[in-house]
Amino acid sequence: MSLLEVRDLNVTYGADVRAVRGVDFALDAGQTLGMAGESGSGKSTVALSLLRLLPATATITGEVLLGGEDVLTMGWGRLRAVRWAEASIVFQGAMSALNPVRTIGEQIREPILLHEKVGIRAARERSAELLDAVGVPSRRMAAYPHELSGGQRQRVMIAMALACRPDLIIADEPTTALDVIVQAQILKLITDLVHEAKISMIMISHDLSVLADTCDRLAVMYAGRIVEIGDSRQLIEAPRHPYTKALSSAFPKIGDPASRLAPSGLPGDPPDPSAIGAGCPFAPRCPEVFDACSTREVELWPAGPPDSARESACLRVLPEFSEVPA
Amino acid sequence: MTATTSTAPALEARDLHVTYPARRGRGPARAVDGVNLTVGAGEIVALIGESGCGKSTLARALVGLVRPTAGEVRYQGTTLRYSSKALKQFRRHTQLVLQDPGGALNPKQNVFDAVAEGPRLHGLRAGLGERVHDALSRAGLRPPEQFIARYPHELSGGQQQRVVIAGALALDPSVIVADEPVASLDASVRGEILRLILDLRESLSLSALVVSHDLGLAWNIADRVAVMYLGRIVEQGTVEDVLLHPQHPYTQALISVLPGTDVDPVLLRGEPPDPTAIPAGCRFHPRCQRFAALDEADERRALCTGRNLPVLPADEPGVACHLVDHSADPADPADHPELSALGDAMTSRRADNS
Repeated sequence: MSLLEVRDLNVTYGADVRAVRGVDFALDAGQTLGMAGESGSGKSTVALSLLRLLPATATITGEVLLGGEDVLTMGWGRLRAVRWAEASIVFQGAMSALNPVRTIGEQIREPILLHEKVGIRAARERSAELLDAVGVPSRRMAAYPHELSGGQRQRVMIAMALACRPDLIIADEPTTALDVIVQAQILKLITDLVHEAKISMIMISHDLSVLADTCDRLAVMYAGRIVEIGDSRQLIEAPRHPYTKALSSAFPKIGDPASRLAPSGLPGDPPDPSAIGAGCPFAPRCPEVFDACSTREVELWPAGPPDSARESACLRVLPEFSEVPA
Repeated sequence: MTATTSTAPALEARDLHVTYPARRGRGPARAVDGVNLTVGAGEIVALIGESGCGKSTLARALVGLVRPTAGEVRYQGTTLRYSSKALKQFRRHTQLVLQDPGGALNPKQNVFDAVAEGPRLHGLRAGLGERVHDALSRAGLRPPEQFIARYPHELSGGQQQRVVIAGALALDPSVIVADEPVASLDASVRGEILRLILDLRESLSLSALVVSHDLGLAWNIADRVAVMYLGRIVEQGTVEDVLLHPQHPYTQALISVLPGTDVDPVLLRGEPPDPTAIPAGCRFHPRCQRFAALDEADERRALCTGRNLPVLPADEPGVACHLVDHSADPADPADHPELSALGDAMTSRRADNS
């Protein structure tokens, strides 16, 4: 059985802003999944809905099965037990996610004391171990968030996420505000810790190349839906959806003559989530568009060898459209 | 060595220093600590560095927003003066494009007024409508009529950045300095804005200095690249030379951590240090992987920890490193005579010193 199974997840903000429009995916124990997409694609909404962290204006339907239990229908008491202990989240922007008036030691101890029957001394020992594990010297336990650098704060966030030994970590843009070298340090830290402890992870990012380096599988979201999902390497090397192609060429590979003095982008902007028309939502920006795209509804179709679990929501993966000229 | 071209560079920094005064018990911050940099006419130069390296301060000094503590800024060969009249004149020709267009635009000002602000300040009232339309369409907002009455919140991030660029273009500048022009934009829009900068160079022979942390951006649009670390340029040269054959250990580390590269990542220790406490000797040595690999007995350690490096000249490729190594790639010196010459100079100095 999968550790996490998301079935037909829909999230609507207010009356008509459909941020997530039918998302299905599953994650096995110990597996890592990257979710890529631009702002407004619904990727962060998916992440937050997994732990029911969305604001009250959001209407959620579908199922989020964590270890077989539906997070969306469980009682508040149970939900509180699940958060931190079974699944935890690393937010982007550690400065605003950490409490500025409490020491980092206190903040790491808090979930341990709340979720486990341990005394303050054991909790203090554990938080020291966690800090050392994430590369912040444990003697800094009494430091306040503002006394740490951005990279160190993100490390503290990771220590907190690991504090109750969860089965699943959701990392929402964990390195977005960080410099390249610090980003590389943090990504290596997360991947090492996750692999060591055999924790499953969902990492959200706008940067496809970062995800491809850190996750086993990738899902690409556009306008509230997954448009392509599959093994990271395959997805990057041979994308089957034109949006994935555009997204991966937006981050050029240095040394690739094709991108030298030739930045690659897409005309237009992502669609307004309150006004998505018929047909493929990517059609207005798609370089490979053809007639049927504007009328025919798209869904994820198998797009690779039989047991590759590779799927794409582009009409071109269907045999009848594979040869249509753009 | 390549000689300087006969025409004066569009924009130039000469031994530029910007020091911010000491505060809260710390020493003065040497944000820009001796930089020579040129942007040739019609050239696109990428200035790459991590946050805190001084790249934004350098950009601001180059457009006259920050007054250098020492050294000078030159525009087409003439030294920039800081009287308000001279600055106003200068700013018609050199425009700054800020990152985060959402913050750079006044939410209560529509697109027309945002773009017309510069020309109005410069008293260019005749043909203002035409000027604004022109700037908008050159920035890719076509047809301009469709955009002039809109407010920033009615525009997407990419369109907002185009309005900011149009505002810069409205004064017919010859140089733009763009500070992280695409950092806050979505991946698919990023390429479009970068292409716009390339197109403007093509159609208006606009020169540009693009400041970024993103080496991929340099590969995408720049002719030359300068890598900045703690107030100094540590390596510069053509994009191909610097990015494909990096010589400075810092550049090598930056390139090695890019996702999708095949080389083993060099994870530097620590974080970018503090401009109020610049290490003696080579300012990079406390984090340097090459220094760390030196044998305890190696006499070159004393160079790295004790001997300051000269400020790199602006008009030729250069690497500010005591340990710059040419033996690693035997084919390299032939391809890069200028680099091997520099290497020889470094080697002979090294011999003198020991």
